[in-house]
Amino acid sequence: MIDIIVDLIAASLRIGTPLLLAALGELITERSGVLNLGIEGIMYASAFSGIAAASYSGSLWIGLIVAVLTGLVAGLLLAFLTVTLGVNQHVAGLGLTLFLISVSNTVNRILFTADGGQVRVDPWRSIGFGGPIFDQYVFTYGTLLVGVPFVWWLVWRSGLGLRIRAVGENPEAADVAGIHVARTRYQAILIGTVFMSLAGAFITLAYVGQFTINIINGRGWVALALVIFGRWNVGRCIAGAALFSLVNAGQLQLRLVPALADVPFELLLALPYLAVIIGLAISGRNVPYPTSYLKPYRRL
Amino acid sequence: MKPRFVLRSSTPWWRGPLLIAFAAVATFAITAALIRWAGGNPIAAYRYMFINPLQSKFGITESVLAATPLVFTGAAVALAFRSGYWNIGAEGQLLAGTIGATWFGLHAEGLPKIVAVPGVLIAGAICGAVWALVPALLRSRLGIDEVVTTLLLNPVALLVITGLLNGPWRNSETGFPDSDVVAESVMMPIVWPGSRVHFGLIAGGLLALGCWWYVARMAGGLRLRAVGLAPGAARIAGLEVERTLLATALASGAIAGVGGASEISGVAHQLTIGISSGFGYTGVIVATLAALNFIGGVVVALLLGVINVGSFSASRALSIPSTMGEVVQSVLLITVVAALVINKFRIVWKAADK
Repeated sequence: MIDIIVDLIAASLRIGTPLLLAALGELITERSGVLNLGIEGIMYASAFSGIAAASYSGSLWIGLIVAVLTGLVAGLLLAFLTVTLGVNQHVAGLGLTLFLISVSNTVNRILFTADGGQVRVDPWRSIGFGGPIFDQYVFTYGTLLVGVPFVWWLVWRSGLGLRIRAVGENPEAADVAGIHVARTRYQAILIGTVFMSLAGAFITLAYVGQFTINIINGRGWVALALVIFGRWNVGRCIAGAALFSLVNAGQLQLRLVPALADVPFELLLALPYLAVIIGLAISGRNVPYPTSYLKPYRRL
Repeated sequence: MKPRFVLRSSTPWWRGPLLIAFAAVATFAITAALIRWAGGNPIAAYRYMFINPLQSKFGITESVLAATPLVFTGAAVALAFRSGYWNIGAEGQLLAGTIGATWFGLHAEGLPKIVAVPGVLIAGAICGAVWALVPALLRSRLGIDEVVTTLLLNPVALLVITGLLNGPWRNSETGFPDSDVVAESVMMPIVWPGSRVHFGLIAGGLLALGCWWYVARMAGGLRLRAVGLAPGAARIAGLEVERTLLATALASGAIAGVGGASEISGVAHQLTIGISSGFGYTGVIVATLAALNFIGGVVVALLLGVINVGSFSASRALSIPSTMGEVVQSVLLITVVAALVINKFRIVWKAADK
């Protein structure tokens, strides 16, 4: 029994890492009043570009750098569309996701699968400090020990965080106070995309070690839900990611239970998604959206 | 000097089309780089993608066939977006529609066609609406963002199909994860002799026309538009905003569901895991490129149908990835929305403040 619980927690930490990373990125972005629906595509493109660069260069670190650069370029495009031009954020973000996924799939075919191959690398291994729970990837340790405190500090204690929250709540007042609204939103979007691309890179460069079609499989949308569930607070986002990951790890365990052998595994696979929706239904009422959420800002 | 966007009070008539043309040129330029990388000649690739399908009857009818599901999803998305309900779940709702249609089709042996064909479409509509119900209720009752919930239900719908095809609906002859072929009676008639173009095209066109009529000409449509344009003002004016959103969301899901049923009963005749190649997501592209206009949506769907068929022939002839078509469509979406926004503004160069 203890073994099962230990395995459950250990697996949850692995499953939760990319979700939490992506959710932290989306949290920063949305705090500035911008929705990044490109999250799924940014994770996908970074997962691909990271492993592609790693396989060509032979260095996982170069892969990681390329993944982050991919995210930054995508972030610049989204920022130009939503902040500079003021395009509808739902359409711009979804368009970005469709674009990044189709380009990644196309380049994947050009570079790798044209001759039937599949891009693989020898991924980062987990580092153990004794016991399955403390046998995790550097990404996981980094996310929990560095990423979380950093985002909390950034949003609540730094000058940039104050400006981000100000333009997210009241861009007119922020503008009057001398804050450059567009620049601040660009900064929030770009910092956010770095986190999203780290989430994507984690999946190919550490967790899986190869790239397959549809590898992100809705993780970006889950992260999006976690931000709402977390009410744009770091702590609640962690709680949401933990709950989701436990359900996900739990359904993987359930598949091994002999009494449930007849339950189609697809049903179990759907459980985590349904858990997020149920979680939103229970706690998503009257959530305090940033006041200028989805609203482009223009001086008149 | 800094650029400033100033809202135009009026736009000259030629400016919109000019900017759209500019967006198309930009799309060519951006995608040409990728085609070159794939080792193809961009000009030749575009010839295959846009001209080639229109040069033979087979190409034309296959393009129309490829456009048929997009007519449905485009209308479904446009209807929802018009009311300010961001339904990004047309993919899941279409898949739910294929499930309902397949269930009906597997149990409709011996029904007369006049009953069975409407039956299969209604089964699709009901399942599509049911799939849209939970996000719609969460939005209208509890105010929970529908973007996330509709998105999350898309992979769930695919999992349900996978589960059905690996379980109870596994093909009884081959044992492959495809359903059995549906009853002959639910198959829609071919409307273009000598091709695979089926009655679904007409059904989709009529639905789009109906949506246009409702939104543009009926009192309910006026309410729908009012809710979409200014929910606060609509509420003050005494409109039941939540009820309008709920009804629109269900109608949107139902239309996408009929689109799924049309694929089953019109062309596929059996449920497969790859029954939809992202029709729901492409529906967002269709609706947006048509500026949420229903009749325009049919035209855009036909254009994207041509690109879909063309990208496969380009892929065969030039051995470039067939996913190039999806790249072209998404780039077109991004450049056109940018152009549509720029069209509304004047760029004024001003000396920097201070």
